[in-house]
Amino acid sequence: MVLGLLGIGYSFFTAPKTIEDVERIEAENAAHGHHGDAAHHDAAPHAAHGSATEATAPSHEGGEAAHDTTHAVAAEAPHEAHDTIQAEAAVAAAGHEGHNNNDGDPHTQEAHAPHADAHAAHEGHDDAHAAHKEHEEHLKHTLVQLQNKPWSALYVSALFFMLISLGALAFYAIQNAASAGWSPVLFRVMEGISGYLIPGAIIVFLVFIAGALDMHKIWIWMDKDVVAEDHLIQAKSGFLNKTFFLIRAAIFMGGWIFYRQYSRKNSLAQDEATDNSYFKKNFKAAAGFLVFFIVSESMMSWDWIMSVDPHWYSTLFGWYVFASFVVSAVTVIAMVTLYLKSVGYLEYVNTSHIHDLAKFMFGFSVFWTYLWFSQFMLIWYADIPEEVTYFKTRIEDFNLPFFGMVVLNFVLPILILINTDFKRLTWVVVLAGTIILCGHYIDFFNMIMPATVGKQWFIGAGEIGALMFFLGLFIFVVFTTLTKAPLLAKRNPLIEESKHFHY
Amino acid sequence: MSSHYEAPIRKPLIIGDKNYHDVTVDVARPVEGRANRQWWIAFSIALAAFLWGVGCVAYTVGTGIGTWGSNKTIGWAWDITNFVWWVGIGHAGTLISAVLLLFRQKWRMAINRSAEAMTIFSVIQAAMFPVFHMGRPWLAYWVMPIPNQFGSLWVNFNSPLLWDVFAISTYLSVSLVFWWTGLLPDFAMLRDRAITPFTKRVYSIVSFGWSGRAKDWQRFEEVSLVLAGLATPLVLSVHTIVSFDFATSVIPGWHTTILPPYFVAGAIFSGFAMVNTLLIIMRKVSNLEAYITIQHIELMNIIIMITGSIVGCAYITELFIAWYSGVEYEQYAFLNRATGPYWWSYLLMMACNVVSPQVMWSKKIRTSIYASFIISIVVNIGMWFERFVIIVTSLHRDYLPSSWTMFQPTFVDAGFFIGTIGFFFVLFLLYSRSFPVIAQAEVKTIMKSSGEFYKRKREEGGHDNHSHSEHNHH
Repeated sequence: MVLGLLGIGYSFFTAPKTIEDVERIEAENAAHGHHGDAAHHDAAPHAAHGSATEATAPSHEGGEAAHDTTHAVAAEAPHEAHDTIQAEAAVAAAGHEGHNNNDGDPHTQEAHAPHADAHAAHEGHDDAHAAHKEHEEHLKHTLVQLQNKPWSALYVSALFFMLISLGALAFYAIQNAASAGWSPVLFRVMEGISGYLIPGAIIVFLVFIAGALDMHKIWIWMDKDVVAEDHLIQAKSGFLNKTFFLIRAAIFMGGWIFYRQYSRKNSLAQDEATDNSYFKKNFKAAAGFLVFFIVSESMMSWDWIMSVDPHWYSTLFGWYVFASFVVSAVTVIAMVTLYLKSVGYLEYVNTSHIHDLAKFMFGFSVFWTYLWFSQFMLIWYADIPEEVTYFKTRIEDFNLPFFGMVVLNFVLPILILINTDFKRLTWVVVLAGTIILCGHYIDFFNMIMPATVGKQWFIGAGEIGALMFFLGLFIFVVFTTLTKAPLLAKRNPLIEESKHFHY
Repeated sequence: MSSHYEAPIRKPLIIGDKNYHDVTVDVARPVEGRANRQWWIAFSIALAAFLWGVGCVAYTVGTGIGTWGSNKTIGWAWDITNFVWWVGIGHAGTLISAVLLLFRQKWRMAINRSAEAMTIFSVIQAAMFPVFHMGRPWLAYWVMPIPNQFGSLWVNFNSPLLWDVFAISTYLSVSLVFWWTGLLPDFAMLRDRAITPFTKRVYSIVSFGWSGRAKDWQRFEEVSLVLAGLATPLVLSVHTIVSFDFATSVIPGWHTTILPPYFVAGAIFSGFAMVNTLLIIMRKVSNLEAYITIQHIELMNIIIMITGSIVGCAYITELFIAWYSGVEYEQYAFLNRATGPYWWSYLLMMACNVVSPQVMWSKKIRTSIYASFIISIVVNIGMWFERFVIIVTSLHRDYLPSSWTMFQPTFVDAGFFIGTIGFFFVLFLLYSRSFPVIAQAEVKTIMKSSGEFYKRKREEGGHDNHSHSEHNHH
């Protein structure tokens, strides 16, 4: 809780500041547009920028170097730098070669072609006008990316924690529908975690509304100007349009929250009941929810995540997203259980329950890897241009996070959690759990960021602040929910099995 | 394993007043008795079909693949359809014995032996197609990376067809070892009961001197768990690799990332349907209704319903993404499936796989033996058509309209398929008369927690009656 409060406080201090900073940059950048190659920016990145404009073939290397030197500045500036000149210079420099090949973003493709043409056709700087225009394109593009940065940071964390809560709910429903005998002593923990679904969903929904009001450009297809030029997005507008998007989101979130509230109510009522009618109701509700869940989860992943790259598509995507958040959810269940157990609140939970949860962490980690590999390998193997750009961007611009997450989400968990004795040790499970949660945060980061901020990505104050804020909020809501009901479901007909569970 | 306590709401898995001895007798009876007339009739039909299949294969190999209906555009048709179909069926066995073991499902114990047998026999059928669909099957050994005199000419490890070789052969070997390990205590039981020297000798050899000591049991359990842990990723990877045959290609309708998990879900779906088909008959003819109960059938039906829904979701995902992709080839591939010349096979697939399992939501239907039997067959027909639709409709109309064509199977295509069905049943019928079809050693472990008699006793007195077996001798 202390950590959570610290996180909340910290992010309250950081989050608004990042937004203000970006607004300031936006204002300054508009002014900068009139200056053109204004000389008053005397920073090193600017010099690199000038030479890159003049050169042809070497310009890429030069540009890359310039980009590298300014990268850290560019990424951090909006969050940490109060020096407006510095931030502005960073925008200008990064804007030159800093644009990426993000296929999902039409700006890039439009901008890239004239850029190459200009260099090929005109040695040196004959055509200053074209270079200038192109420079403005880059600026505009980078501006969008930088503006997206705090929003994307917020969105990734908001979505991640909401989906963890949803994953716990789905796991809970599976346990109910499967009449599991080991897990009923953990039901209240799962119900507590799924308590975050309501605030979490509201926040995510607010991000959608902000998108619909053009406050940010996480979903580029929400931008009328982009859609007007992009026939591929136009063809999808029957599905990708703001109204339908918001309606779908409302239906999905409403359905999940409804099930969560309903099953919680029945679960509490069963404690005082004289028969098993509430238990049976929950069984049926769980089956119904799971049907709704499989459909809504798939569509949710297309809507909320896949459509940030509106040109890209993959049929596996929904299941891949599911694997990512369900493994995180099981991990969170295990960690919350271990915490409550350590402070003596869970009398009947023994190492066998932890062992089972750790096995699920292990199994779902492997399952996630299976889906990650299937998706990646099939697209890599067939190498069809319209699909492969998705991974090309990620490998080129997100190399460490992209392959690093495979280590975090697969290699380390499989090595740590394969041992039976280890799966019963608190510190091992917490260690593996921390690795898994970090890994899957990066997974969501990798799914969203390449499309919204591209090469401007950085895990800086905005990202960590948002993560801390949502972690704090999550812990606050979950542990508050846990105080609202006894931690042992009393009259669940399977509770005795669960109390005596020993593996 | 888990504790002896079991919640009263769980239904018994062994019906009637059975004790340990009764289980032994019930399981040994079909092996120790003589085959009846129906068995011989069934066996003769299966054998005839098998021999007809052998003839068709001999004809194919002797004359050439041109005896089949495949053509220049549709290089794969019934051969690979049947291959994938048989591999898919084979997956249920491993799922029942491995995945359900990992999930500690006690109900698997009555059905795992037969499900594994089904796995082995159907993988054998499946393995014939990759060999005999070759133009030069006598050079099939070239797919193995064996050092040779051609300057050590090697295979290319980039082809999913080569991965298939490794997947299927590994799968068959691991399944065989898993199955046989589980059989040791049961073969030992048959050995100890044998009255003729011949059967004594046979079961002595196959039971590997199993004597059932505590240390043996402890290791036996550990090996089972490890093999289950290995077989689960194996079963997923095998059908995944089979799906890679299509998904790695650039053919519209084939190249889609959902194929790996969707093929696996389809394999569970069709495999459980086949287990249901076989066990509904087996429980009747072998008098095993006390062990393979309505609850077992119901639970298999539920799995069929769940996997059927997953498959249905995947179909809809494919349709949606085909539209969403904006790729006209992809869109046409699905339009062609639904409205092209093979619309009827697409409709059959949709009806059998998506609609039919949904009736299982009704408890009345899923606990009805007749309904379950019919649906299990419907599902297998549907899953055959699923593979046919994926393979043939994607091939017969793709990028170049000048290459569009149709597929017409010949009697040799059909003969080979019928032959594998015959061979499967020859093996299965022989198995059911010579193997313990229920893992009696395993069933005995749940006798006291899940036997009807003990459950009733517990409810009455609140205690296990340990002297039960003496009272209960018939």
